[in-house]
Amino acid sequence: MADLFAGYAQAMEQSTAFDEMFTRHGTLREDYRRVHDVLQSLTLADVTARAETMSRTFLDRGVTFDFAGEERAWPLDVVPRIIPAGEWDRLSAGVAQRVKALECFLNDVYDRMEIVRDGVLPRSLITTSAHFHREVYGFGTPGGVRVHISGIDLVRDDTGEFRVLEDNVRVPSGVSYVLENRRAIAKGLPEAFAGAGIRPVEEYPRRLLSALRKTAPEGVDDPTVVVLTPGVYNSAYFEHTLLAGMMGVELVEGRDLLCRGDRVYMRTTEGQQRVDVIYKRLDDDFLDPLQFRADSMLGVPGLVNAARAGHVTIANAVGNGVADDKLIYTYVPEIIRYYLGEEPIIPNVDTYRLEEPEAREEVMDRLEELVVKPVDGSGGKGLVIGPAATREELEALRQKILTDPRGWIAQPVLQLSTVPTLAEDTFGPRHVDLRPFAINDGEDVWVLPGGLTRVALTEGSLVVNSSQGGGSKDTWVMDPEADSAEESASRAVPWRWGRRRRTVPRVWPSTYETSRRLTEEYDEQQQQRNQQEDQGGHPC
Amino acid sequence: MLSRIAESLFWIGRYVERADGTARILDVHLERLNQLPVHEQRTVSANLLAVMGASTGEEDDDVAGLKDLLTRLAFDLSQPNSIAGALSAARENARRARETVSAPVWESLNATWNGLTGHRQDVVGTYRFCTWVIERTATVQGLADSTMSRDDSWQFLSLGRSLERADMTARMLATGDEDAFKLSWANMLRCAGAYESFLRSRRAAFGDSFAVEFLLLDRLFPRSVVSSLRQVEAALIALDPEYSRTGKMDAARRLVGQARTFLEFHHTDDLMGELPEHLERVQAACSGASDAITAKYFYRASDHAWTGEKV
Repeated sequence: MADLFAGYAQAMEQSTAFDEMFTRHGTLREDYRRVHDVLQSLTLADVTARAETMSRTFLDRGVTFDFAGEERAWPLDVVPRIIPAGEWDRLSAGVAQRVKALECFLNDVYDRMEIVRDGVLPRSLITTSAHFHREVYGFGTPGGVRVHISGIDLVRDDTGEFRVLEDNVRVPSGVSYVLENRRAIAKGLPEAFAGAGIRPVEEYPRRLLSALRKTAPEGVDDPTVVVLTPGVYNSAYFEHTLLAGMMGVELVEGRDLLCRGDRVYMRTTEGQQRVDVIYKRLDDDFLDPLQFRADSMLGVPGLVNAARAGHVTIANAVGNGVADDKLIYTYVPEIIRYYLGEEPIIPNVDTYRLEEPEAREEVMDRLEELVVKPVDGSGGKGLVIGPAATREELEALRQKILTDPRGWIAQPVLQLSTVPTLAEDTFGPRHVDLRPFAINDGEDVWVLPGGLTRVALTEGSLVVNSSQGGGSKDTWVMDPEADSAEESASRAVPWRWGRRRRTVPRVWPSTYETSRRLTEEYDEQQQQRNQQEDQGGHPC
Repeated sequence: MLSRIAESLFWIGRYVERADGTARILDVHLERLNQLPVHEQRTVSANLLAVMGASTGEEDDDVAGLKDLLTRLAFDLSQPNSIAGALSAARENARRARETVSAPVWESLNATWNGLTGHRQDVVGTYRFCTWVIERTATVQGLADSTMSRDDSWQFLSLGRSLERADMTARMLATGDEDAFKLSWANMLRCAGAYESFLRSRRAAFGDSFAVEFLLLDRLFPRSVVSSLRQVEAALIALDPEYSRTGKMDAARRLVGQARTFLEFHHTDDLMGELPEHLERVQAACSGASDAITAKYFYRASDHAWTGEKV
């Protein structure tokens, strides 16, 4: 049997990246032992067959994404990515810390701006952000929650340390793929699951619904929650349907809602029904034509006023984009210190603020070795990777930076960590990132164990977006004590029916042994006449 | 119609539904089961076999674990409680009633039977097998519903199907016992394909007792025990619409009606605690009704069992 890991060590030497399965000396990390052993026991044919089954299941279930106008199965790699429980607990604390700090920050930004008064951030930094919406200035949100759902993008640098790459507190997407990946891999790689203590992800929809209901406007006992989608042509539409379905709530489009008297209603077959909480999966710009883009057909006129009147909860709150701003990202460590009085648990990636003349000057000299990003982009839009860019691209970039230095940041090219990934006929190291998802219900921030691992399927590539040929991996948070589950307290107990049941024939026809009774009766019937004749009739 | 044919139709209904129910239960349980440590797998496998009525009942019956479970519940053609066994029994019955069932129903049953072998009998193969079986049984039932007249032949088919469905749902509920099966209520609902329906009916009230209530008592979900029993009654009434001013004389109808009304009108504060007893009652009613139906409609033996006069 060909060793699928045969060329792995050699491929690892190509880059300085941190590999999550093997140490630099080629020894297997203990957390991956089980997965590694299972993969070793499979032949290439097995692995390919399983990968095919998984993608067929995805196609059947409609778990797809749009690739150049074509519906493709969601690309899930067969090798899971593992995060040991200890490491995860630290990460999840770090994510929660960040969400809490951003929550405080947003509440402050749209209120008294104490952080500006105290001189931590310059006022201009906030007011020049493209996503700072004056339309929602000066009113609070029910329960004080603005970041109900967040996705904090993490990467691992070449020393193996996790760093925050960006914050997504507007409309973080991808959680449906976490749920689907787990279902698929449980069926695609069952051997690795056997007895492994993998923290489950299935409670996410329940947590989400409970947080949304908890943050309903005051005085609503039994809030009606809806998911607001831009519609079937949105690339994340699958996720919207999945979440609405798993929460058991309506999936509405803008045209299903109307606002009257600062209250929101949905049009149903039983007339108009009050809506109390809206899980918004729409960009702020399109949300309310009265406040933002007047030409938006996707939004609901009057929604922002209803929120201002406190009659509806919008999750995530309008105007959160200011916290996603990549220039503000560079200040998040200070934001954490200012509001929480704690040191950040997960560090940022070192970032140049191009607004500052010295930094700008340095970056201009080294454009070809840095990554330059627009501050208000997401999903890798507008990003330029220096080493991969042509001279013309760099020149154009230079001009853009000079005209709008507020609009750009620069970071060193990070060698993202690698995990073995099936490529053609062998496992090769591929770069991955991680997006953990957090839910804030106003009292507590809960982080979904694991999160979405995206992987760049092209060797050496650092671009993990699925729209640009990226794939995904199931992410397992593994509890080490699971290995000693032999002595675990929760043991399955033998089962039997409450009382001893009468034995009843559950079967027919006669060809089967268990239906002997009926068979015999039938056979007896046929024989009886003969017997009768033989015996000359019963004695009376 | 001929009793023998009626009986075959009744059992086609039961076997197809049994294959469907078993595939659903196996599919969901396997996912969880596979994640347990080996020794737990053994206990849970044995439990599962007991619930499905597929254990041999002997003391030294050693369930070797997952592999054995798969054989006995999915692939063993000689076990009428296994999926393959039930489907081939259904096909056997259809072969005897070929002139009564419509050609599409016969053909889909026969094609299913032809496809029974040729599945990989490991965990991954079983998942695929279960998916395939659920699709095939849905095809058979859909074809029966769309191509058979609603005469007695269809009523017998529907009677068998509903009766087995009530029984299967009771078994699914029995596997919701977390101590014995390590299955969450959400997955128990998935067995019945009821997860989404449940969520929509419940808004935010999650929890195992709600899930149990849904599968046991819901009047609108077709796979719940109460709905299935209602369908049994509907078929029995269609078969024998005789109206009587005092009580119901049909034994099967009385048994099923009693079981259903007991569930529907029973007031409880502790559904979970009483569940085993309810399931017991439902199962007893189902097997009692099956006997009564057999006695009333199919029982040839007693008619001409001629043992002479009493001494």
